[in-house]
Amino acid sequence: MWDYTDKVKEHFLNPRNVGAIADADAVGEVGSLACGDALKLFIKLDDAKERIVEATFQTFGCGSAIASSSALTEMIKGKTLDEALEVTNKEIADFLGGLPEEKMHCSVMGQEALEVAIAKYRGGPVPTHGHGHDHVHGEQEGEVVCKCFGLTDGFLKKVIEQNRLHTAEQVTHFTKAGGACGGCIPKIKEIIAEVFGEKAVVATKKPEKLTNLRKMQLIQEVLENEVRPQLWADGGDLELVDIAGSVVQIAFRKACAGCHSSGHTAKFVEQKLRDMVSSDIVVEEVEG
Amino acid sequence: MKEIYLDNNATTKVDEAVFEEMRPYYCELYGNPSSMHFFGGQVQKKVDEARNRVAALLGAEPSEIIFTACGTESDNSAIRSALEAFPDRRHVITTRVEHPAVLTLCRSLTKKGYRVTELGVDGAGRLDLEELKRALDDDTAIVSVMWANNETGVLFPIEEIAALVKERGALFHTDAVQAVGKIPINMAASGVDMLSLSGHKLHAPKGIGILYLRKGTPFRPFLVGGHQERSRRAGTENTAAIIALGKACQLAGEWLEDENSRVLAMRDRLERELLTIIPYARINGGGAERLPNTLSIAFEFVEGEAILLLLSEKGICASSGSACTSGSLEPSHVLRAMGVPFTCAHGSIRFSLSRFTTDEEIDVVIRELPPIILRLRQISPFGQELLKK
Repeated sequence: MWDYTDKVKEHFLNPRNVGAIADADAVGEVGSLACGDALKLFIKLDDAKERIVEATFQTFGCGSAIASSSALTEMIKGKTLDEALEVTNKEIADFLGGLPEEKMHCSVMGQEALEVAIAKYRGGPVPTHGHGHDHVHGEQEGEVVCKCFGLTDGFLKKVIEQNRLHTAEQVTHFTKAGGACGGCIPKIKEIIAEVFGEKAVVATKKPEKLTNLRKMQLIQEVLENEVRPQLWADGGDLELVDIAGSVVQIAFRKACAGCHSSGHTAKFVEQKLRDMVSSDIVVEEVEG
Repeated sequence: MKEIYLDNNATTKVDEAVFEEMRPYYCELYGNPSSMHFFGGQVQKKVDEARNRVAALLGAEPSEIIFTACGTESDNSAIRSALEAFPDRRHVITTRVEHPAVLTLCRSLTKKGYRVTELGVDGAGRLDLEELKRALDDDTAIVSVMWANNETGVLFPIEEIAALVKERGALFHTDAVQAVGKIPINMAASGVDMLSLSGHKLHAPKGIGILYLRKGTPFRPFLVGGHQERSRRAGTENTAAIIALGKACQLAGEWLEDENSRVLAMRDRLERELLTIIPYARINGGGAERLPNTLSIAFEFVEGEAILLLLSEKGICASSGSACTSGSLEPSHVLRAMGVPFTCAHGSIRFSLSRFTTDEEIDVVIRELPPIILRLRQISPFGQELLKK
């Protein structure tokens, strides 16, 4: 049995704002019967066409899909369209006191439906991720990665980035990608590395002269943006324990902890820090 | 809230009489049956009695019964043993609708160089025996086909299959964990070489099963060690559970008639009433011969987990073939193999009754379920137009 919070149960048993709005200003539809869940979101704006005065939904799906839809409609009522677009899937999950990770895709579906509804209303390109049945295929859509659920790389990148997903399993929990035949899991791992690799580029500038404070900052940045994402891709992780002068103490976590090749990994971390921060750095692995 | 337990294909209540039978064998009569002293010897006698009782239910000889820890162990033992006994044969046949205990094992064998054929089923969940005939060859070591499907209750023609398999000199194993105690089984008149049974599906506790092994069938043990079970399954006997299983099998034999009359009538009434009251519902496996206690019913436009959660609010325990309950993202492999459309597969619910089920409990389900389906359909974006009619 799923460990749903009381708030999820409450919104599932007594969903708010169920139904259609006949003269809705915006309608967003994602998912399908085949996918196992689908959400149709209806939005009614005020006379100035700025603020959401009414939001309703129709949902086909499990308990958490219905609860997430109910939460979404409660959250966006009273917001301007721009404010509503700021709502993230994490906020939907937080509103419900959290969702089991395997069910996070329900909150992502809520965020998607909202984006689709607003984009359609505004007449711009509709943010598509592929799945569903009546999507206009916009330009930023990209290449389909998960064929079973029809999810594109652009969509996956966005969810990975927003939720800082480190493993293919997490991506499956948040988007369903890779959850059926599993054929796209290697590609998902590549996308994870790409998302965090791109960010790391910004942090690789090597200043001429380092103050101690700046050095510590740089070490942290390189570990955060350059090293950890690579470990995540293999299911591992590390934690920075201490920095004393040029000695950097790290502890391995998850798959790296107790891994026979963690010695090599420590060397790899040391080389990265020498290349990108300072050539005198020594990395020590500690228990912690 | 008193539960209405209609999930007996998942597990069953331990019969009070079974529990009484096993109770003394923990704190009082805890001897090891292998011991030389009287204290162990008296337990040995009860283990022998249990073996006789299991054999009687199956129409087998006591020496053909090997106690194991569960149905999964029995399945694994049977298939692995056959492959070891016939090292020159590298082909395994099973079905797409098997329990994971068999299917996962068979799929893992493909990575070890075995050829594995998974037979398909038709829309009602039935096998095509012509497909089996075509798949069988001189390379086939073992065929493993379940007697009754756990999700739909569909029964396979085990004796016909056994005859075909024997013609080609292969071994035949059947996972009968859902069938034993629900339909008559007589191994004396059967062509089955090996059969798996699980205690907790027939009102014995969890953690006990048997592998039936026909006399003369080559066998290589899965667990090696001590001489227990005539060296066919090492490990100190789970004496209390074995004694419980013996009692449970005795009772299953006595209740078999009830299962096929009163339980069957309750299942049929539940099925009939739900189909009458709820539009856009269909029975999975409805066209096939089925177990008397199982009902797999699909409701279009709604999702199974949501139905189960609302049933659970009313104290009703059922199970579903939907993806969302298991944490997987696809509906059950059984329903997909049957080609059940997605519109139905996601909204499939399984009710499985037992001899403890009452007519009053069935009344409650017939009263509580239709409003739940209606409510979820009102929330759903699908089927709104159809349902208005």
